[in-house]
Amino acid sequence: MTANPWVRPYVLTGGRTRTRHHLYVHTLVSVDHYDPTAALRLSPEARRLYERASFGAQSVAELSAHCGVSLGVTRVLLEDLAAADHVLINEDTYASPYDHRLLKRVIDGLREFA
Amino acid sequence: MAFVSSPDRAVPNVTSAKIVVAGGFGVGKTTLVGTVSEIPPVNTEAWMTQASKTVDPLNGSEAKTTTTVAMDFGRISLARDLILYLFGTPGQPRFWPMWDDLCRGASAAVVLVDTRRLDVSFPAVNYFENDSDVPFVVAVNLFDGRQTHPLDQVRDALGLADTVPLVTVDARDRRSCVQSLLASLNNTVEKTSQVATR
Ligand SMILES: Nc1nc2c(ncn2[C@@H]2O[C@H](COP(=O)(O)OP(=O)(O)O)[C@@H](O)[C@H]2O)c(=O)[nH]1
Ligand SMILES: [Mg+2]
Repeated sequence: MTANPWVRPYVLTGGRTRTRHHLYVHTLVSVDHYDPTAALRLSPEARRLYERASFGAQSVAELSAHCGVSLGVTRVLLEDLAAADHVLINEDTYASPYDHRLLKRVIDGLREFA
Repeated sequence: MAFVSSPDRAVPNVTSAKIVVAGGFGVGKTTLVGTVSEIPPVNTEAWMTQASKTVDPLNGSEAKTTTTVAMDFGRISLARDLILYLFGTPGQPRFWPMWDDLCRGASAAVVLVDTRRLDVSFPAVNYFENDSDVPFVVAVNLFDGRQTHPLDQVRDALGLADTVPLVTVDARDRRSCVQSLLASLNNTVEKTSQVATR
């Protein structure tokens, strides 16, 4: 864990604390095409998130924890990365977490897993 | 979407779902998450920045506090395109803004209780009864493998409505943990069916 306690999170995000979409802690983020040149132009925190996301679809919480970037800052930086087409924020396949098609898939998957 | 740029690396449309595991300190949340997770439970000191509700960037009067909380989570890949995440809530009420954040978009919740120290889970039960829409079940963690109190007594002591399922679990046993997760999901199916057919 490499959180940087010396820099106020506010500074890392250029003063922004809000994101346009709501990124849940379990929202998946992935990288379709990793661009090392683009990575060099990013802030260290954004670069860590971008690199880590290129390993495979991961949740916002995993990216935050593995990169040592707070959840709030992670959300803002991921939104910037998405706006620049560096990362893909998974659209929710189902409109609601209570959608019975989703619940049935999870229930069936867990039964098999048990 | 972005498939155009590199068709050979098409990103599969993966779906994620979330179950929240709540309860007081020491009731077995980290243990349960670790028992079923395919990754070691990520128990990290996550830096939480809580912006006040009245942030106004123009007059710069925003009030912020930064709190360090231990955030537990685990992951189960149920299919190539389906991942279930488990989030353990940080125990203390002062972290409740984070509970709201963790519960947003959750499909179900499991409130763990220890019958030797029922009271430590009262705040979690209160939270799901009053402050959250996420359907929940209560699971008695059988620390010594035996049930020391009949479930009826536990239900009475918790003042739990008959509509809230009460189950037992062994947080160190994978099958048992999965059963409690299934109970929570089935409860959500039931509760949300009632709404849909009203
Ligand atoms: N014997 C036994 N010990 C358990 C069980 N679940 C948790 N524990 C122990 O109880 C303590 C607290 O558990 P933990 O998962 O850290 O609780 P948390 O604070 O809710 O995350 C730890 O020492 C665990 O090893 C259980 O089912 N049986
Ligand atoms: Mg714990």
